[in-house]
Amino acid sequence: MEIVVCIKQVPGTSEVEVDEKTGVLKRDGVDSKMNPYDLYAIETAVKIKEENGAKVSAVSMGPPQAAAIIREAYMMGVDEGALLSDRKFAGSDVLATSYTLAQGVKKMGNPDLIICGKMTTDGDTAQVGPEMAEFLDIPHIANVLRIVEVKEKSIVVEMDMPHTIEVAEVEYPCLITVEKDIFQPRLPSFKLKLATKDKEIPFYGLDSFEDKDEMKYGLNGSPTQVKRIFPPKSNTEKEMWEGNGDELADKLLNKLNELKFV
Amino acid sequence: MAKIVVHQEKANKPEELTQLCPFGAIEYNNEKLEINAGCKMCKICVRKGPEGVFEFVENEVKKINKDDWKGIMVYVDHVEGEIHPVTFELIGKAREMADKINHPVYCLFMGHNIIEKANQLLHYGADEVFVYDDEELKEFRIEPYAAVFEDFINENKPSAALVGGTTIGRSLAPRVAARFRTGLTADCTILDVQENSDLDQIRPAFGGNIMAHIYTPNNRPQFATVRYKIFTALERNEKANGKITVCEIAKEKLTSKITVLNVKKKEKEDSIEDAEVILVAGRGIKKEEDLKMINELAELLGGQVAGTRPLIEAGWVDAKKQIGLSGRTVKPKLIITCGVSGAIQFVAGMNNSECIIAINTDKNASIFDVAHYGIVDDVYEVVTKLIEKIKLGKLDADKLTAATVQEV
Repeated sequence: MEIVVCIKQVPGTSEVEVDEKTGVLKRDGVDSKMNPYDLYAIETAVKIKEENGAKVSAVSMGPPQAAAIIREAYMMGVDEGALLSDRKFAGSDVLATSYTLAQGVKKMGNPDLIICGKMTTDGDTAQVGPEMAEFLDIPHIANVLRIVEVKEKSIVVEMDMPHTIEVAEVEYPCLITVEKDIFQPRLPSFKLKLATKDKEIPFYGLDSFEDKDEMKYGLNGSPTQVKRIFPPKSNTEKEMWEGNGDELADKLLNKLNELKFV
Repeated sequence: MAKIVVHQEKANKPEELTQLCPFGAIEYNNEKLEINAGCKMCKICVRKGPEGVFEFVENEVKKINKDDWKGIMVYVDHVEGEIHPVTFELIGKAREMADKINHPVYCLFMGHNIIEKANQLLHYGADEVFVYDDEELKEFRIEPYAAVFEDFINENKPSAALVGGTTIGRSLAPRVAARFRTGLTADCTILDVQENSDLDQIRPAFGGNIMAHIYTPNNRPQFATVRYKIFTALERNEKANGKITVCEIAKEKLTSKITVLNVKKKEKEDSIEDAEVILVAGRGIKKEEDLKMINELAELLGGQVAGTRPLIEAGWVDAKKQIGLSGRTVKPKLIITCGVSGAIQFVAGMNNSECIIAINTDKNASIFDVAHYGIVDDVYEVVTKLIEKIKLGKLDADKLTAATVQEV
């Protein structure tokens, strides 16, 4: 069985602000980490590998420094990895990102199962998984809470619906996006770190893809465009209260009385 | 290929220009400025950099005829015919925008044995409800649902598709958007429309404290998902306007590689989306047991307790009680945030609340930008005192009532 996990490098903090005067974004100390939701996807894949036998690959798209998360994936038990990196991918929206990843997944072989995290913490869209499945022309199930059974030709999963939990069986090849807490992600292992420290991380650019049409990648392949970015509007009619705890509690109580919440 | 071109010769201090880019996409290597794959094409370098150094060069693309696409459609989100209220909110927004550009409002309703439920949609602003009723559509499975959506778009050519940011919507909308190779903007918090039918889609972006205005200049339909409680439904109109159209689709298009084996009912829980009063615990709460005081205050005010992402990640608050883009969106009558700094992904999930009271020690915390009443103090101090005072007040009120009873 072959499994591919899609992962992303995200900013380590959300401390990005717009300078009100100049309109320039400030991002202090650009530290990065693996998208926390992807840890659950990797853990799911590695668990399946341990219990059923499988080859697990991790693929990511991003600038060269994103290779760090592939290395981290190796330390969690992932067998192969690749980084999709090319200047021609710059400016990708959801559609172009999904298409690039779908092309990258094809480079990794013929996976039976593709696993994505529920969402990323920088985009928060939760939509790349389903779009990739569409480009690969395979079924997908989002919000998977639990893996019930890994069969030879299909997988049985529980998916989280608003008022119910649906137990569904889906044939390979397929894509699932997994919820946080499906499994507790393991920490990177020191043993694997040593064992994989010289392991290669291939970089794939547009030239190595099956579809080399530049119009489908990066800004060209992105139907949505950013018109402008701006700081969120702030409420100018607010009342600010300062003082000691006792006075403030009184003020708050009076306000709650006035609004009839007490 | 559209790209940023760097005119090296115009840069006086090229090594300093790498700082311009919030995404670290400008590199200075071998005395040359380069743009790497991290570029998001936000064009900040073009606008804010020294004149002429960064230039945005775009290719001529074949323009589509936007007049070929007419109508704003709403996907009717439901489980077994029970329509999710986000649907009515979206119809309200669709109506408002459609009236500006003189387009119709369509609803796409697919499922099994649902035809009787379609009528209610006509009371909330829809012009035409298209119903696909088939046994294969009884449960949500991605392939048949996407096939019906595709069929509807091919037949009706809507300009925009609004889909609720629900479990189903977040799975279905991207699938169909990819099929039409068109744009999808997730979790819009503001939506409007231009005369040329381009949607103005505004949402928090890039995981920081910034908003992005996103549009789809040359693709149709334009997909947007919007979460529950962002917009407001129209008042129910006594008279049903518009009509219901029953649609057929070939059976062979409704095949699926997914089999639903079993549907288990979840225990009904109090959902924070329905709460009128919410207390939010943020990182200002230092220990798990300190949540007791927040719970106590919530009880006194008849409200529910919710949390921000760090508290959910710490496991102190249930994930279903998370407010924000990665959690739920709420619009209660009263929300009191306790030690919450106000990251935009959180604020986007609650800034439509009727009354926002924020308690935080840092008077520069961004939560005060959205608060109606800001209390700059230690959350422990204020909350404990407030609990005491409310209890005392209740005691007095009881005494008063008791006294009145005695007098009678």
